[in-house]
Amino acid sequence: MSRAVPILEAVRDDEGPHPPYLYPEYRSTVLRAPERPLLLLPHTLSELTGPVYGHESVGELDHDLTRQHDGEPLGERIIVTGRVTDSAGHPVRSSLIEIWQANAAGRYRHEVDQHPAPVDPNFTGAGRCLTNDDGRYQFVTVKPGAYPWRNHPNAWRPAHIHLSLFGRAFTNRLVTQMYFPGDPLFEFDPIFQSVRDPNARERLICEFDLEQTVPEWALAFRFDIVLGGPAETPLEP
Amino acid sequence: MITPSQTVGPYFSLGLLQPPANELVPGGMLITGRVLDGAGKPVPDAMVEIWQADEEGRYHAGFGWGRSGCDHDGRYSFVTCKPGSVEGQAPHLTVMVFARGLLKAVLTRMYFPDEEAANAADRVLSSIEDPSPLVAHATDEGLEFDIRLQGDDATVFFAV
Repeated sequence: MSRAVPILEAVRDDEGPHPPYLYPEYRSTVLRAPERPLLLLPHTLSELTGPVYGHESVGELDHDLTRQHDGEPLGERIIVTGRVTDSAGHPVRSSLIEIWQANAAGRYRHEVDQHPAPVDPNFTGAGRCLTNDDGRYQFVTVKPGAYPWRNHPNAWRPAHIHLSLFGRAFTNRLVTQMYFPGDPLFEFDPIFQSVRDPNARERLICEFDLEQTVPEWALAFRFDIVLGGPAETPLEP
Repeated sequence: MITPSQTVGPYFSLGLLQPPANELVPGGMLITGRVLDGAGKPVPDAMVEIWQADEEGRYHAGFGWGRSGCDHDGRYSFVTCKPGSVEGQAPHLTVMVFARGLLKAVLTRMYFPDEEAANAADRVLSSIEDPSPLVAHATDEGLEFDIRLQGDDATVFFAV
């Protein structure tokens, strides 16, 4: 039996700024990457709308990962700041950003992490904040350390901070990682290298920002984020 | 140029699973399932997020989003309501899965087994050769919707 149905267009996974699903050098992709082409969804309200989340639950100090315990964490105190825009350059306002990271020694406060580096009792490594009306955000934290993983012999992750963002539409959701300038581990890291376009890879590296440093207190790094995907006028909460 | 995606990695529970956000409608319907890899094994370090309309088929900024981690069996769960029809489509949830080994999230939809006529007429479902992986199964407790990342019975994944 054949039905006269419109067929959803199949989309190639080997183009664009995002990494492909399958990148065998990153071994965990092999059994998890979808094998069939993605089907292009029509843009209905389901694709064009998204939640506003976190406004009630973000505390005043949630953006400061150095002030969540009785003492200060060890490591190099840094300010991470930047602006979130959509692909047309408009600010993404009042939107939740969540971050998590290893401590200065390269150890996550997580049961799965067995790297023999010290846990810092004064550092959890998680923070959140909302962007302001200009799409700007700021975190205070310590610079995370590099750490080993078991993807291949002598594999090390370059120092990075994980970020999770909500755009205007749920389908604009972005989870990414921010790296630090000049890291010698870039060329050996399959997760960083999975982004094929060298210009797109540069988008994952923050910039040292002298203007934002606080003299005699902390260095600053700027990480601007551009969200892709469809969007319409934001919903009223 | 837009910022590229990177994997959520194995440690996201540190930053993303507190406070829990998987109960959208207290006392509502249970929607649960497992995330499975290409070997049929559970993916315990996956995170599932949903976005849905309310029972009248309206989207609100302050309702309809949820997030669940997975247990050792790869099982996620939500407590929510069945959404109404949006723009004539069959009722559905938008579902995203994040995990170590996924360099970008996968996007799919979950449809409801008690909506045969609406499902048959739905323009997305009826455009897919075998839409059965996108329709949840009814159980005694609620609905079961497994997400298979690979294989002959793999979930259908979308782009926007």
